[in-house]
Amino acid sequence: MTTKQEELTTQIQEGVFQQSTGPIGWDGKTLKQMRKEIDEISKETGHYAGLKTLPFKESDPIRFEKIFSKLRGGVVHARETAKKVAASPIVEQEGELCFSLYTPDADSIVTSTGIIIHVGTMGAAIKYMIENDYEVNPGIADKDIFCNNDNHVGNVHTCDVHTLVPIFWEGELLGWVGGVTHVIDTGASSPGSMSVGPVNRYEDGYQVTCRKIGQNDVLSKDWLLESTRSVRAVKYWTLDEKTRVAGCHMIRDLVLDVIREEGPDVYKSFIREIIEDGRRGFVNQVKTMLVPGEYRGVSFVDVPFKDLPVHDYAKVNSIMHSPSKIKVHKDAKLEIDFEGTNRWGWHSFNATPVSITSGIWVMLSQTLAPNDRINDGAYYASEFGIPLGSWLNPDDLRSAHANTWHSLVAAWSPLWRGLSRSYFARGYLEEVNAGNAHTTNWLQGGGIGPDGELHAINSFECAASGVGASAVKDGISHSAALWNPEGDMGDMEIWEMLEPLVYLGRQILPGSGGAGKYRGGSGWQSLRLGWGTNDWTMFVAGSGHMATDCGLMGGYPGAAGYRYSALDTDLKERFAKQLPFPQGADVDPDNPKWDTVIDAKTIHRDRQTVSTEEMFKDYDVIMNYLRGGPGFGDALERDPKNVAEDINAGYVLPRYAEKVYGVAVKEGKYGEYTADEAKTIKIREQIRKDRAKRSIPAKEWMKQEKERILNKEASPQVQHMYAGSFALSEQFTDEFKGFWDLPKEWMVYEEDLDVPTYGAHINRFKENK
Amino acid sequence: MAKYNKKKIGELIDGTLEFYELKDMMSSHKDPERFGTYMSVLQERVTWDDPIILPAGLHLYIVQKASGDRIVKCDCGHEFCDYKDNWKLHANIYVRDTEEKMNEIYPKLMAPDTDWQVIREYYCPGCDTQLEVEAVTPWYPIIKDFEPDIDTFYNEWLKIPLPTVKA
Repeated sequence: MTTKQEELTTQIQEGVFQQSTGPIGWDGKTLKQMRKEIDEISKETGHYAGLKTLPFKESDPIRFEKIFSKLRGGVVHARETAKKVAASPIVEQEGELCFSLYTPDADSIVTSTGIIIHVGTMGAAIKYMIENDYEVNPGIADKDIFCNNDNHVGNVHTCDVHTLVPIFWEGELLGWVGGVTHVIDTGASSPGSMSVGPVNRYEDGYQVTCRKIGQNDVLSKDWLLESTRSVRAVKYWTLDEKTRVAGCHMIRDLVLDVIREEGPDVYKSFIREIIEDGRRGFVNQVKTMLVPGEYRGVSFVDVPFKDLPVHDYAKVNSIMHSPSKIKVHKDAKLEIDFEGTNRWGWHSFNATPVSITSGIWVMLSQTLAPNDRINDGAYYASEFGIPLGSWLNPDDLRSAHANTWHSLVAAWSPLWRGLSRSYFARGYLEEVNAGNAHTTNWLQGGGIGPDGELHAINSFECAASGVGASAVKDGISHSAALWNPEGDMGDMEIWEMLEPLVYLGRQILPGSGGAGKYRGGSGWQSLRLGWGTNDWTMFVAGSGHMATDCGLMGGYPGAAGYRYSALDTDLKERFAKQLPFPQGADVDPDNPKWDTVIDAKTIHRDRQTVSTEEMFKDYDVIMNYLRGGPGFGDALERDPKNVAEDINAGYVLPRYAEKVYGVAVKEGKYGEYTADEAKTIKIREQIRKDRAKRSIPAKEWMKQEKERILNKEASPQVQHMYAGSFALSEQFTDEFKGFWDLPKEWMVYEEDLDVPTYGAHINRFKENK
Repeated sequence: MAKYNKKKIGELIDGTLEFYELKDMMSSHKDPERFGTYMSVLQERVTWDDPIILPAGLHLYIVQKASGDRIVKCDCGHEFCDYKDNWKLHANIYVRDTEEKMNEIYPKLMAPDTDWQVIREYYCPGCDTQLEVEAVTPWYPIIKDFEPDIDTFYNEWLKIPLPTVKA
């Protein structure tokens, strides 16, 4: 008796295709055969598609580059044009879209600007279709349209919706074009594109698994009806889809023009060679910029869910642990290993392997390989270790992913530091970056919009977070986000048109950038007033209890976060009586000013920076706190004049000039600060003496810390984090116990911590304990 | 391809280049001569004679000793350990593990919560410079940030001789 899969395989082998005319790959092959051959020959030879030489590029380099420029220019042009179709400010204002061109077997050839993490995710969707014999059923035909946003296929998170269009030439598949936009709502259990409420897949939003949604370039009626009934903010969903389809069709036309001009055989040679060229280029960059060896780092992000109204099994305070080791091999292969990452959890912050492997290129294209040849060549020059069962690779289809960036941005920060140690060693100081901010808060909510329809919002102001400091200058303030190199905070007027929230302020937040010789780019706050709300709710999503970076070479991490909201306020009366009311930023949380000019039944001023939906009315107030970046170098080495300037510009509170930077400042007649350099020298001498007095040799301290470990003196969430890593990784456990020289019997087990272990599958202690 | 003299690299190290100059540097292909020029500027600036093999961080260098050892050394002259060891284990440490200690650096609520995370500051025992900061959970092993493969770097990548101690 044969299984269904065996039957399908037999059908493919025999060429019996139910819904298509036959294999659509090159030379009569199926796509599955093509995929297998590419993988095998690339692995065997170490060159993409076995290309030890690049005959086309080497024999006719001008023509080769001409084709590249035409395609690259075309995909960028398609992005810029198509985004004008969208109404969502996330796409139209923030540029949260991207287009990429693929080989028939799903390797990326050329990519537009924008959210280029999707180089890999859309490739993963095409690979999924190939793996699941879409060629047979539902069939892949010219002018078909497919859609995917399934996290477990390899998406980043549910709101990134892909449109995939095959490109045929005379009955043969010559490639795919994919377009992605970050959609404002995908029908999760709470509104907004990066919800906190969902804790499992079935609350994570409407997930479409590589579905054929159109034929003959027309979207199917059943698809249009079902999809628009499955999400909130339907007009944005609809116009986003038109954006993606328009861009894909522009690029398909471009590719067909190139094929008409150059011939299909030239195009076929080009797409293979450009990927191998990308691989070689990446290897060359590694040798040019880095030092071979090993680089280690770690980051954390807090998940304070114990008191949130979520399912019982999700009510856990936990920490997402992201250790990473970059190994630069002798042959310039770049290996990134996340061994030791702890278990996935019941929250929407889990990730998929593709989101981390593909997402790496968002970062590398901003630092190690800052060129326009973003394709899968770099993927073939690198290697990743992503432990199964960890939050980077959940071993359970139920895991939720709606807000995976909560953890991904934390996991990336140590990678900047690792690469920066190389740049520093080689003298490329201009490339050093102390890390990235935790690019939050995500201010989200939803209800009935101004037009009477279901509405959802996700303010993308965090696209303008602080940047990490470099080795030669301060990080850029309120300007960028790791995940979108074109980050922008968006115009207040546009946000106010689309959100029932009026601005009471947008202001730099002093102390949010990490201190250092060079200061981390500063974060900022905006303050929003409910205005025109109707059945409305709001919630926040950001880091709170923890800093998600370390600073570099003596610099401090960017500040952690907190939330502020005031509900059932007296602002209506205050406005009527023209009394003072909260404005600007909460510039000094030690001496909060807002609370003196507002009365409210409820004020949240705490570290619960991930929250679930809370009812929000007109005259309620909520803060959006956009984080700062980490600093570089010892703060005592900062030019005193720059510290005074920081105070004048609002980046540093006056009292921290002396405490952190050792700089004496004096206030002038008009409130301006200047540095007293003579006094500064003395203060700095004293601080160095204080350091000598208060510190102890690291090895002495290690003895004290070992005692605390032996006595298990740490909070439940800290112990839970270690237990989740120990259960998955023998290597991490051995390194941990080896470092502290712990006795064989010492261990922390998840099941001993009085927290739910629901859904914990892989556990290397289960049999041994 | 861009090429920079010692003066320009000195200004880069000092952080005194104008932004447009930095921007040009960042946008240009990297200059292969950079490492040699950078090393010669650094060597001239330190007060000791041990040849620098590789900068290991701000103020820190891996240097060649006459004995053949490769040592991590601060520019103040303090010698930490063999380069394959973790210099932080030989530094002085101060841990910010209370709200009060955190509040010296960050305003309230903007510092990590010490039930979740502490800040470790590593100082040079010779000059008390803060050389590295870790923001980690309690119990976290001291991180060995960087272990370069010096021989591959010089012999196979740069194809230049390793610095030697003058007789």
